[in-house]
Amino acid sequence: MKITKETIEHVANLARLNLTEEEKATLVSDMEQIISYVDKLNELDTSNVKPTDHVIPISNVFREDKAEPSFPREKILANAPSSEDGCFKVPKIVE
Amino acid sequence: MELYELTVHQLSDLIKEKKVSAVEITKSYLDRIEKIDSKVGSYLSVLGEDAVKRATEVQEKIDKGEAKSPLSGIPVALKDNICTEGIKTTCASKMLHNFIPPYNATVSKKLLDDDAVIIGKLNMDEFAMGGSTENSYFKSARNPWDLERVPGGSSGGSAAAVAANLTAFALGSDTGGSIRQPASFCGVVGMKPTYGAVSRFGLVAFASSLDQIGPLTKDVTDCAIVLNCITGHDPMDSTSANVEYPDYTKALVNDVKGLKIGIPKEYMGEGLNPEVRKAVLDAVEVLKKLGAQCEEFSLPLTEYAIPAYYLISSAEASSNLARYDGIKYGYRAEKFTDLLDLYKQSRSEGFGTEVKRRIMLGTYALSSGYYDAYYKKALQVRTLIKQGFDEAFEKYDVILGPTAPTTAYKLGEKVNNPLEMYLGDIYTVSVNIAGLPGLVVPCGFDGNGLPIGLQLIGKAFDESTLLRVGFTFEQNTDYNKKARI
Repeated sequence: MKITKETIEHVANLARLNLTEEEKATLVSDMEQIISYVDKLNELDTSNVKPTDHVIPISNVFREDKAEPSFPREKILANAPSSEDGCFKVPKIVE
Repeated sequence: MELYELTVHQLSDLIKEKKVSAVEITKSYLDRIEKIDSKVGSYLSVLGEDAVKRATEVQEKIDKGEAKSPLSGIPVALKDNICTEGIKTTCASKMLHNFIPPYNATVSKKLLDDDAVIIGKLNMDEFAMGGSTENSYFKSARNPWDLERVPGGSSGGSAAAVAANLTAFALGSDTGGSIRQPASFCGVVGMKPTYGAVSRFGLVAFASSLDQIGPLTKDVTDCAIVLNCITGHDPMDSTSANVEYPDYTKALVNDVKGLKIGIPKEYMGEGLNPEVRKAVLDAVEVLKKLGAQCEEFSLPLTEYAIPAYYLISSAEASSNLARYDGIKYGYRAEKFTDLLDLYKQSRSEGFGTEVKRRIMLGTYALSSGYYDAYYKKALQVRTLIKQGFDEAFEKYDVILGPTAPTTAYKLGEKVNNPLEMYLGDIYTVSVNIAGLPGLVVPCGFDGNGLPIGLQLIGKAFDESTLLRVGFTFEQNTDYNKKARI
C-alpha cells in the first residue's frame, strides 16, 4: 500500500491532529515502512478464521440498573482547563 | 544491611516482630530517593511528607493489631498511568501533566486497603508507548546497572526503582512486554498476569484487550505476595475474570520434578544476542538437573506476532486516546480558531511523537476501506496465535525463552528508529495477544555486567506454576542481585 502525503493528511484529520510539514514527511516514511512490514500478515491464510477481539470468552457483563449518587460536581470540574458556573467552558459551536 | 535493601517479606517479618516501624522503612526509602534518584530518573512524583504521615497512621493500626496484611507498612510506588486519588497521574505526557484523578484505580485501593504506603509515581514511556522510557515527556529514566543505558520500557521507572532499591516493590503495566522487558533489562522479577486477572479500572487505557497491571519485585516471593493483593474479580472492570484466585504464596515450592517445559525454537534463532542465548540455555540446564523435562518445539507463528500486535494495539490506542480533546481534563491549547481546531491543536501540542505515530497507524488501520485488510486481519491472526499456544500447552506446562533479544542498549540508540524498537518486542507480544501470564526472573549477566531475564509463559490463570518454576530457579542460582548505586 502506497502512503502519500494525502493519505497522511486525511488520517490526521480523522485523528484530530494538526501536523507540521516536517511531521507529515516523517510520517509518510514511517507509516510506509510500518505498513509494508505489517503486510507480512497476508502470508497467512485466514479465510476461515474467526477474528478474536477479546481472549476471555466473556460477554454482556451488566450491572443492575440502579441509580446511585454520582461524583460531586467540584471533583469533576477540578481538572477542567476552563469552567464557569458549574459547567465546562467551550468555544461556541452553534452559530 | 540497610532497610531499603530488604525485600517485602523481610520487611514484613521485621514489622511483625516489632523490630522496625513503617515510618523508619518509609524514611529509609525517601532518603535514598533524595540521594540518588536524580541520577536514575525513576520517579515523576515523590510523596515525601504525605507518605510519612500515612506510614504513621499505618503504624498506629499495626500497633492496635488492625493491620495484618503482608503489605502493611510496606512502601510501594506505582507507574504513573495508574490512577491514585488526589495524587498527580501524568502518564508521562504533557497531555496529562496536571491531571489529578478524583478516584483510585482498583489496584490502588487494594494496596491502600492492605495498608501499603504509596511513596510515589514512576516514570514511563508516554501513555505506555515505547520500550525504553525515552518517550517520557519529563525525562528519560536510566538503567541503575549502567546509567548511560535504558532501563527498558514502558515501565522503565518501575523496574529501575526496584533494581536500585528506591522502593520495596512497584506496579507496572504490560501491553506488549512493558513489565517483562524492563524487568529483564534491570535484573528484577516482573510479571504480567493473565488477561483479566488484575482489574484495569483506573489504569489509563492504551490497548484495552492487551493491557494488564502487574508487579515488579526484588524476588519471586514478593511477586506472589503482591499478586495476592492485586488479583481478583472487579465489578468495575467488565473484562475482569470472575474465577477463583488461589493463594499464590502456596506456589513457592522448590521443586520442578516432572514439569514439562517447552522452548520455542523460533525464540532461540536469528536475532538473539549470543550472550542472552547462552544464559537462557544455561537456565534450561539448571532446570533439567532439578528434574524438569525440557525440549525444543516449534511455534511457527512467532514472526507474525509483531505486525499483529502493532495493528491491534495501535488501533485500540487510537480509539482510547480519542478522549483527550482538551475539554474536560488534560491539556488545552491556548490558541485555536474553532472547536475542531481546539481538538487538533490540543492533541498535537499535548501528545509526543511516538504517541502521534501510533494514533496515526491505528486510525489508518481502522479507517473505511482499510479495516478488513489491517485490523480484522490482525484479529484473525490473533486467533491463530492463540491456537498455537493452546496446542503447545497440551504438551507442556510452561514455555520458556528469552525476554528480549538483547540486554539494555544505550540511550539514544533506537529512539529514532521506530521499527527497530518494535522488533525488540518479539518474545513478549504474543503473550499479550494470547492473554497468557508471563514471569521474568534474572538468569545472568552479559560481558558488560548487564542483566539478562528468563521469560516463563504459562497457561491462562496458571500463575502458580510460573511462580513455582521461578522460585525453584531463584533458590538454586545466584542471579538475584541489586545494582550497586
